[in-house]
Amino acid sequence: MSAVLIVARGVFKDSIRDRVPYNLLFFAVILMAASFLLAQLTAGQDVKIIKDLGLAAASLMGVLIAVFIGIGLVAKEVERRSIYSLLSKPITRSQFILGKYLGLVFTLVANLAVMAIAYYGVLAYLDWQTPANVKQAWEAAATDPMLLKAFALIGVELMLVTALALFFSTFSSTFLSAALTIAIYVIGHFSDDLRTLESFGASPAVAMIGRGLYYAFPNLAPLNVTAAVVHGQAVTAQHMLLASGSIGLYVAVLLVASTLIFERRDFK
Amino acid sequence: MATHARNRRVLHWIAFAVLLVAAIGTQTAINGAFERFTPIQEVQWVRSPGLMRRLVLGFNSVAADIYWIRAVQYYGSTKISKAENKDYGFLFPLLDITTTLDPRFNIAYRFGAILLSEDYPNGPGRPDEAIALLEKGIRESPDKWEYYHDAGFVEYWWRRDARAAADWFVRGSKLPAAPNWLQPLAASVLAEGGNQLAARALWTRMAQTGEQEWMRQTARTRLQQLDAEAVVGQLQPIVNSFYDKANRFPTGWDEMIRAGLVRGVPLDPTGVPYTLDPVSGAVDVAKDSSLYPLRRGL
Repeated sequence: MSAVLIVARGVFKDSIRDRVPYNLLFFAVILMAASFLLAQLTAGQDVKIIKDLGLAAASLMGVLIAVFIGIGLVAKEVERRSIYSLLSKPITRSQFILGKYLGLVFTLVANLAVMAIAYYGVLAYLDWQTPANVKQAWEAAATDPMLLKAFALIGVELMLVTALALFFSTFSSTFLSAALTIAIYVIGHFSDDLRTLESFGASPAVAMIGRGLYYAFPNLAPLNVTAAVVHGQAVTAQHMLLASGSIGLYVAVLLVASTLIFERRDFK
Repeated sequence: MATHARNRRVLHWIAFAVLLVAAIGTQTAINGAFERFTPIQEVQWVRSPGLMRRLVLGFNSVAADIYWIRAVQYYGSTKISKAENKDYGFLFPLLDITTTLDPRFNIAYRFGAILLSEDYPNGPGRPDEAIALLEKGIRESPDKWEYYHDAGFVEYWWRRDARAAADWFVRGSKLPAAPNWLQPLAASVLAEGGNQLAARALWTRMAQTGEQEWMRQTARTRLQQLDAEAVVGQLQPIVNSFYDKANRFPTGWDEMIRAGLVRGVPLDPTGVPYTLDPVSGAVDVAKDSSLYPLRRGL
């Protein structure tokens, strides 16, 4: 297990050294600040807009970090030829894959935590400067702790995207890995439509294929609870567990598949 | 060697500055060259709310906010435009997409219905679309008594259908969270018919309970319009009495003051003088008043 953590720590340090998370994080914070300006353009919906925009920024930035660092996790080691020295050490290939994955997940969780702190800071400021009579019309408090559920599910989504990027990077080029990861991410948001292709006039055969694809690809829609938490609606613990558990299984499948493919690669 | 490197760095900075100035200059030239072309005012590339919901890839809420901002900006810019034929044609599609992307976007239904109902030129004058939007809100959130209240409001104020308005209020009053004044409001609307009292009661309620300042402000403006309408109703017979004596209408308020019929230039609740048409004798709020045009008959 210590070998896994050593690799994970290396990835974490590398991604911090790459400065990419800093840039994206800075962008997310700027975006949240910009949401204040955006809120001036509309009719009294500033708290909703800031909540929506902040969560969207956190998700988008996280996905970009996960994709663009994830695709290089294995490819960079191969490109630099450092993979040879790494694999000559007492570390199995599955430990290497798991370590790489966990390293990026730690990075993403750290980023998400900073984004959440900035997000709550902006909302606390808004709460502080808003008169009590205006706050009465809000569907939920500005600093509603339920918003953390949205952050948690964004984290789960990022874990999946990281696993996808890592999986593709074990056997394809960085460009193709990025394209395939983004493609699965997009399909994940369309998968409800795959299940109900009949309603779009598809033939029974096509509808059956659609349903097959629906079960083959992860469904990302349940991870999106932004609208619910922003409107102060309950997101049950059961929903959180089921959505996370389902994605967790896909992540496990992808990590096992990544290991299987990586073990077959010849680095001698 | 060090001097050579420094020179190169200076050269890079100069190149950067020159190119930046050139880029800005080109942009300015382009703006000048294209100024004579009329830009496309409003284009809605995606008209299908369902398609838009899929295209935004889970970022529904933030996309709904963008569409809501677009709807408000579109309405505002059309309203204040100097165009002779104001076209509010995109307002309903924008609100439709907003509420499809975020089906619980409360203010988009409620304020959107007000915007859609506004008479031309202050709005598209489409109470039918306002009702359709509120019905969509009811389908998404059947427990929201506010949508029933607003639909009744649109029926009463814009369509002048007291029976339909009362029906909405009764239906809304049966919801668990409905306030206790909704049922009496239905009775009041039916009893008063087209009377100003019922209209005043509706707007007063909106001014007190409106969720957003814009809604409360709209209600306050409507109450001022009702006040102005009442004053116009009092001034018109006085102007007519001038005609009965002089066999012509007065040239303006000055002549009415000299004749001792009014004590000063009458001002509407916003402080703008009422207009007096010397040809027809009609008294009205001025076109530059924020209360123009008045709704007659309530």
